[in-house]
Amino acid sequence: MEILKAINVEKKFVNHLALDNVSISIPENSIYGLLGPNGAGKTTLIRIINRITAPDKGEVIFNGRPMKADDVSLIGYLPEERGLYKKMKVGEQALYLAQLKGLSKRDALKKLKLWFEKFEIQAWWDKKVEELSKGMAQKVQFITTILHEPKLLIFDEPFSGFDPINANMLKQEILDQKKNGATIIFSTHNMGSVEELCDHITLINKSRNILEGQIDNIRKQYKSNTYEISFNGDPEKFASSLNNHYEIIEKTKINGHQGVKVKLLHQTNENELLSLIIPAVEVLSFNEVIPSMNDVFIKVVQEYKN
Amino acid sequence: MNKIKLIILREYLTRVKKKSFVVMTILGPILFAALMIVPAWLASMEDTDIKNIAVIDESGVFINKIESTDYLKFEYITDKTVNDIRHNFKESGYYAVLQIMPSITYEPSAVHLYSSKQPGFAVKSYIAGTMEKELRNQKLRAQGIDEDVLKSIKSDVSIRTIQWDEDGEDKESSTEIAMAVGYIGGFMIYFFIFMFGAQVMRGVIEEKTSRIVEIIVSSARPFQLLMGKIVGVAMVGLTQFLLWIVLTLLIITGVKTVMFPNLGTKNAQEVVAQDLFEQQNVVPAENIPAQDMNELTSILNAAKSVDFGVLIGSFIFFFLGGYLLYGSLFAAIGAAVDNETDTQQFMLPITIPLIFGMIVMMNAVQTPESPIAFWFSIIPFTSPIVMMVRIPFGVPYWELALSMALLVLTFIGTTWMAGKIYRTGILMYGKKVNYKELWKWLRYKF
Repeated sequence: MEILKAINVEKKFVNHLALDNVSISIPENSIYGLLGPNGAGKTTLIRIINRITAPDKGEVIFNGRPMKADDVSLIGYLPEERGLYKKMKVGEQALYLAQLKGLSKRDALKKLKLWFEKFEIQAWWDKKVEELSKGMAQKVQFITTILHEPKLLIFDEPFSGFDPINANMLKQEILDQKKNGATIIFSTHNMGSVEELCDHITLINKSRNILEGQIDNIRKQYKSNTYEISFNGDPEKFASSLNNHYEIIEKTKINGHQGVKVKLLHQTNENELLSLIIPAVEVLSFNEVIPSMNDVFIKVVQEYKN
Repeated sequence: MNKIKLIILREYLTRVKKKSFVVMTILGPILFAALMIVPAWLASMEDTDIKNIAVIDESGVFINKIESTDYLKFEYITDKTVNDIRHNFKESGYYAVLQIMPSITYEPSAVHLYSSKQPGFAVKSYIAGTMEKELRNQKLRAQGIDEDVLKSIKSDVSIRTIQWDEDGEDKESSTEIAMAVGYIGGFMIYFFIFMFGAQVMRGVIEEKTSRIVEIIVSSARPFQLLMGKIVGVAMVGLTQFLLWIVLTLLIITGVKTVMFPNLGTKNAQEVVAQDLFEQQNVVPAENIPAQDMNELTSILNAAKSVDFGVLIGSFIFFFLGGYLLYGSLFAAIGAAVDNETDTQQFMLPITIPLIFGMIVMMNAVQTPESPIAFWFSIIPFTSPIVMMVRIPFGVPYWELALSMALLVLTFIGTTWMAGKIYRTGILMYGKKVNYKELWKWLRYKF
């Protein structure tokens, strides 16, 4: 079942169409990647989901019914440009933000205590935010985002500004949230983390949704019949063993051995390729190349341009 | 708890806990109290040394004419010249030597006052004053006008104003009190709008630059945030005013009982009243000391003639109405810019009506019924300031009602407008905004 569906959403600013008939559907308890180049309309879509702005056309279905104003208390949002009141004390501020999300003061206090212990930041409670480093403030911000145990979490570029250790911790927390039943919308330019975390993605480009689906399916869909082979032997001999059904597209080194990427053109298959090269060289490894999300992203966006 | 309540509470508490608020709250009353106490204190500090002044009247016109006072003793000397005293001035025990030359009747500068110190202003003006009076009297006598005629010519007019209420009953009134009350009320509104409107604006800019705003508006509606901020700041302002009034009164009573136990209440009131009129320059200052206590109490009684129910009611209404009207506009400006230096271009349209209101107010204090005072007290952008000075003089209820109704309507209108600009502006960064852009924002749908 889908926790959130956007149906034919359109949003126009005075002389700029930010979202053009965009539909997405986010399965419950998944991590959903929202990808796209800068200015594609991702932030506008996220703001519509957060009810910060309303769509001109289309509707948003939350939990199987049209979304209501009160539903924002079931959402946790970490915007890309984030900040806290600089002059306010950390604890006071976290308490305020939690209460705005509908928690009672007592519950908020109890939960904050747990999280502050977990992150070992109890000592910051009475510090002003301006005394914290950027990474420290990010931790506080993360806590305030998830404190009210939202069903839907929206992270916009969550890893920017984190060092690798904290980024890893954050990743673990995101996976934990999923384990606890939350659904996560994850907007980022970091394709590595998309491959690592996301189950589904949608790619928004120039105000339109141009690609949507399960991440494994998408990557398979975009594979280009390319194989990566590492071998011991003479590269010349390797090359001459191939006929015009194959194309060597890249020569590399794999773990200190010779390596090539070979593209299968037509009327052939991987077995035929193997039978051609085995007599010529000693084959060490033979893998199909599945395109990275980075490749898919670039390819799809480029294709869309043409 | 209700979200808007939470927001109001945060806006209120963070401001009230600030050091600058505490400092202002303590410094304000000290300044106000000083303003009221210092003149009284100075008055009580009169020079009580007895000063002997030798008078050498070479003209012979002023013999025994300059009368001694409690502290100034004049001694007429005929057997010594100025030069005789000059060399043993110290031993003579005189404070000063007054030399009047024969040419005094036609040459004003023919008077010299010698002393080893710079004689005080009070001494100098007393001598000059009595001599002028004496000379004038002598000249009048020379023209054949005798002193009794002179006395009967001296006239004094003091108008007692009495208002008739609807039933034709007398009501003692005082123009001066009406002016003072109106002036203070109008000025306080002006001050409040500027000071706390700017605080609203700075609060919005702070939220915008610290980027917290997107998090808040994903939890509460932007309009709730806007209203919460405006109301919260208003409560800060009211708290500050209340504390100022209470602390000022405490300090004044405290200082009075400790330092001037013999200083009567009336005395203090006189000093305050005098201070007030002097500042306004409405009543020539020298008239006041001449006023006897009865007249003063009658003025203070007349203060009761001002309809305080209507006055206080309208003051609170216009105070809040004016602040709310401008507060939302200030918030819109804060939302439209990225930092405080960019606010200048948008501040002008807000500042101009306020300053206009201020100018018209000063005029309306003298002529509360003039067409310009009427119109500016109806137009909502200036009415909170101008109407306040008209109310103590009595304003027809329909005018008051019209002005209030227009204020409420305009307040709703500007808040709606400001809300739209605010909504768009708080999430807009790095864009140089101009009026054309703002117009676009007004047409956005949410």
